[in-house]
Amino acid sequence: MKQPLIALALVALAACGVIVLNSAFIVDQTQQVVITQFGEPVGGPLKEPGLRWKIPFIQVVHYFDKRILEWDGYPSEIPTLDKKFIWVDVTGRWRIDDALKFLQTMHTEINAQSRLDDIMDGITRNFITRYRLPDIVRSTNRILEEKVYGEGEDVVEEGELESVEVGRDRITRQILDTARNILKDYGIELIDLRIKRINYIQSVQLKVFERMISERKRAAETLRSQGQGVRAEIEGQKEKELRRIVSEAYRKVQVLKGEADAEATRIYGEAFSQDPDFYAFMNTLERYPETLKESRLVLTTDSDFLKYLKKVKTS
Amino acid sequence: MEINLPNEGMPKLPPFRFGSWMVPVIIALILLTAAGSMFYQIGPDEVGVVQQFGKFVRTTNPGLRLKIPFGIETVKKIRITHVFKEEFGFRTVMTGQRSIFDGGSDRNIQTRRLTHSQYRSSGGGDPFLEESLMLTGDLNVAVVEWIVQYRVKDPVQYAFRIRDQRETLRNMSEAVMRLVVGDHAINDVLTAGREEMQIEAEQMLQDVLDSYGAGVEIRNVILQDVNPPDEVKASFNEVNEARQEKEQVINQAWKEYNRVIPRAKGEAEQKIRGAEGYAVERINQANGDAERFLLTLKAYRLAPEVTRQRLYLEMAEKVMPQFEEKLILDDSQKGIVPLLQLTRERGGREP
Repeated sequence: MKQPLIALALVALAACGVIVLNSAFIVDQTQQVVITQFGEPVGGPLKEPGLRWKIPFIQVVHYFDKRILEWDGYPSEIPTLDKKFIWVDVTGRWRIDDALKFLQTMHTEINAQSRLDDIMDGITRNFITRYRLPDIVRSTNRILEEKVYGEGEDVVEEGELESVEVGRDRITRQILDTARNILKDYGIELIDLRIKRINYIQSVQLKVFERMISERKRAAETLRSQGQGVRAEIEGQKEKELRRIVSEAYRKVQVLKGEADAEATRIYGEAFSQDPDFYAFMNTLERYPETLKESRLVLTTDSDFLKYLKKVKTS
Repeated sequence: MEINLPNEGMPKLPPFRFGSWMVPVIIALILLTAAGSMFYQIGPDEVGVVQQFGKFVRTTNPGLRLKIPFGIETVKKIRITHVFKEEFGFRTVMTGQRSIFDGGSDRNIQTRRLTHSQYRSSGGGDPFLEESLMLTGDLNVAVVEWIVQYRVKDPVQYAFRIRDQRETLRNMSEAVMRLVVGDHAINDVLTAGREEMQIEAEQMLQDVLDSYGAGVEIRNVILQDVNPPDEVKASFNEVNEARQEKEQVINQAWKEYNRVIPRAKGEAEQKIRGAEGYAVERINQANGDAERFLLTLKAYRLAPEVTRQRLYLEMAEKVMPQFEEKLILDDSQKGIVPLLQLTRERGGREP
């Protein structure tokens, strides 16, 4: 019969299949592996993706991610150098650089995450407590510089605006460098580290709000009084302008009249001085009818008008 | 082992045979599954990233494509033209409706996000507020909401360089936005600095992601609502009101100024014109008088004695009738004057 033969062939085939499946493995583009033989690492970490072979059953493959991995710390309450309590939340990006070392020291990624928490928390704490709050919040002194040529309309002068000596950028870089050196021993390359969030703790926040409110109120008062000030200025300007206009007009009027009077006087003088006597005679005569109304006249007969009443012939 | 069973347990059954019909069926089945895993489709907004035994080999463009079947080649489809959006400080629940941090109308959305970076003991505040609350450069607090729009610019990098691209983008976006806000004063953040901050944040975020080789292009960082915290909002509004008030007071003052000054100018002009009129009149009169005098004088000089006499008489003729009473005395009888009853006559004239 053929049947036992076929069965035997099938068993052999299955056995071959198991062996092949156990000796071949795939390294994904996103992965790297370490092979161990009875727990002892064989060769270096494999980073090249593709189909790989190993000794079946004896060698074990440990897979690790090759990509950039996330790490997001818990926020921790840290006092700054100037005794302000803040929440600092740090996030970082890392990569398994030396998979063998990583396998030996961390074993799994979950373990590594919690170790990162511990290490980073300590380092962050060390550095944050070393600096004042403005240094941690700001990177540059731009605010101070801009204030100089700002419009200054409602900028409230603040005693607290100290200048920044180190700045957030450099503090985070210091934390990064320190952590990077420590993590090297674990086969981890720390690629980046950033302060994700900084916030005041609740009680400080309330105080800050109070300060903000009082600052705003001060700004509002300043604005109002600026308004009053400008109004007074405009009113003063108005008063001044008004007086200037009126007095200038008065001066011009007087000058115009004076010039006209002078001209008239000159004209009269020029004309009348031709014969002052005749002028006096004529002008006097002209004025008699107006000025001598309703008066009583006593004349003697030797006046020019009546002299002929007394005698015709004058000598 | 089971293959031996037919021998003992079921001898009555007809012998198991690979009939001539079995082989084609098996081959057909194999071919069918092969065909099923050989073809794949790339959508119009996608790029296919093909891996052979896990190793990246090629990218493919939209259309119906072939790959080696049986899992030897696998495809990741990356949406490359689609613009993704991440929201910070709020979540859009449905289009046109925002879930802001008042009340827990969308607990599931909020808690889903909270799990990753939960504040251990910061007083269980609103997660959106924790995302958006930040310190400004003058150590004040502002609530900043913003969105980031991005797309995949390099599908290969995007597929293989970073494990959690979205979380990376979110974390770095928060870090960068706080860095930028931390460098501006609160007034700047709330008003004038928005444009500048957007550009700055966009640039910085792009630099950070490029340094990771994320394969992502930041299209836009757009600031949404930027407010002072609720607790201090009222006082910020007061400042705005005060600013309005100031403007109003100043406008009022200028209005008054404009009401008075142009009028005064007009009146001044009027006076000056009046004076000019006076001047012209005065000079014309003088000239007139002078000319008349000179003309008269010229005529007078032709016969001075007679003219003088005539003028005198003409005057006398006009004047004489005006006198109420005329007393004519001979010049030799001067003593009569004291006898005239001057006072009585005066009184009688005013009954």
